Amino acid sequence: MRTLYLALLLAPAVSFGADAPPKVSAQQFVNLQQGNSAFPGFRRAHAKGICISGEFRVNGQLADYSQASLFKAGSTPFIGRLSIAGNNPTAPDLKAPVRSMALSFASSRTEQWRLAMNTPPVMAVADPHTFYQQIQAIQAGPAAIKQFFADHPESDEFRAWAAQYQPSGSFAAETYHSINAFYLVNTDGKQQAVRWAMRPTVAVPATESDRDNALQQEIAARIAAGEVVFDWVFTLADPSDDETNPTKAWPDNRQQITAGQLVLTGTTPQLEGDCHAINFDPLVLPVGVKATADPILRARSAAYAESYRRRAKEQLQGALEGSNNE
Amino acid sequence: MSNSDRFSLSMRLFHWGMAALVLSMVAAGLLMVTSLQPWQLTLLNIHKAFGVMAILLVTARLINRLRHEPPALPHELADWQKTVAKASHWLLYILLFAMPVSGYLMQYFAGRPVDVFGWFRLPAALQVDIHYYALFRELHGWLAVVLIGLIALHIGAALHHHFIRKDDVLKSML
Ligand code: HEM
Ligand code: HEM
Repeated sequence: MRTLYLALLLAPAVSFGADAPPKVSAQQFVNLQQGNSAFPGFRRAHAKGICISGEFRVNGQLADYSQASLFKAGSTPFIGRLSIAGNNPTAPDLKAPVRSMALSFASSRTEQWRLAMNTPPVMAVADPHTFYQQIQAIQAGPAAIKQFFADHPESDEFRAWAAQYQPSGSFAAETYHSINAFYLVNTDGKQQAVRWAMRPTVAVPATESDRDNALQQEIAARIAAGEVVFDWVFTLADPSDDETNPTKAWPDNRQQITAGQLVLTGTTPQLEGDCHAINFDPLVLPVGVKATADPILRARSAAYAESYRRRAKEQLQGALEGSNNE
Repeated sequence: MSNSDRFSLSMRLFHWGMAALVLSMVAAGLLMVTSLQPWQLTLLNIHKAFGVMAILLVTARLINRLRHEPPALPHELADWQKTVAKASHWLLYILLFAMPVSGYLMQYFAGRPVDVFGWFRLPAALQVDIHYYALFRELHGWLAVVLIGLIALHIGAALHHHFIRKDDVLKSML
């Protein structure tokens, strides 16, 4: 079936511009992410993670900007996932260059919101086809990635971040960024471009642990001992800012609004928890939040769906039975 | 050709209206599952919204079909050919239901409310069920293949009647 579809679609898929990278499909992208030996039943990216649960305690400050019910009074429970980048569900936690947080708010049957955030504030590239080449370069080794960055000056801000980034000793002490921008839409229909970050409220120095599950064990113990809190901080764009370019941060003096606190109260191994079943597609949005035209953001839905489809089918066929994710 | 040799006006309108809709739905579906382009999200949302419209349309169409007698098939057709013709038409109706219903259920179990042109939203499960998602996702894909095959057969048969057998079957739907 796939081959039939691909054959049907090959014609529009292979178009070459002067500098433009060749266009890749969602299937090609996910093939590259999963590599030569996929792990059946697991995510093709961010395969290793731990389920979290808790609630978002809103302060009401964002209610004028978005009609999403999450920003009105009270608190909303969530299911989430803390993960590391990569396709291997048993990879050592501390070796991963990127750490992540994903959230799912099921406010009502007609209003759900999924978020997937990473530690870097910006992407190295601005479109999925160049991102594909970046991953190819990473897989090819240090020389290739050096050359790739040299050929792609838009990666400057990302590299500057990577050069100064000090991984902490805990998932609780990282800042997780939306990277892509979204629009908040209020009841008058007014649109405001925003990015957001989950900011930690604790500092934890780096650890020297050689355990593969160092970060998972640390966060499970920390949450068992007490709430872990993040501030959910929104940055509002000026009309002069480009909300469609994920490689450029907006200037530091932009207005910031803290919408409330994200409070983590529970952890569960991913295969025993509810988070494994969820596709944290950041384009599942409530009324009051809209996607920008950012090409990276727009590419995510199809790629996440392809990965989700593969792992869901494998799970249906029993791929995870007897697996304990250790 | 007398009037009773032709499908009623309402049946013809339903037929060509849904033919255009379903062909666009198939094309949109095949494009959007492979594309990483910025319009993918827009096409996905249109696919779901028009897909919901398709459930309403096919229901109305079926009611209309049960209330009107379609013109008889040509006498010259062998019995087996008549049986295949009728069976394929009922199978098409079944697929016109099964496609949008499986599409919606896939979204339901994945916990993704379906937004219909910003007018209203169809509910989704509060708790994701990956097994049912997988089941309806695969069903949606495989039924689409059967539908495409059946549409090809259907068009082939219409053209065969018109150009080879030179009977009035195609004209009865025009
Ligand atoms: C074109 C760009 C991107 C592509 C193709 C892509 C692809 C993927 C895929 C295929 C998955 C696995 C989905 C699943 O099976 O559930 C995934 C997971 C994830 N992605 Fe991306 N991604 C992209 C950009 C981003 C960006 C910009 C961020 C951060 C802001 C991000 C953060 C995440 C996170 C946190 C997860 C794990 C979610 C979870 O815990 O389930 N991705 N990505
Ligand atoms: C006449 C009705 C419909 C037709 C002919 C149709 C056709 C298709 C086709 C051909 C595909 C690609 C299949 C594949 O790659 O396996 C597709 C995918 C899809 N359809 Fe439909 N569809 C219909 C109704 C709906 C409805 C009502 C919904 C939801 C409300 C829906 C949601 C989807 C989704 C979400 C996908 C992509 C899934 C993914 O990316 O994994 N469809 N559809």
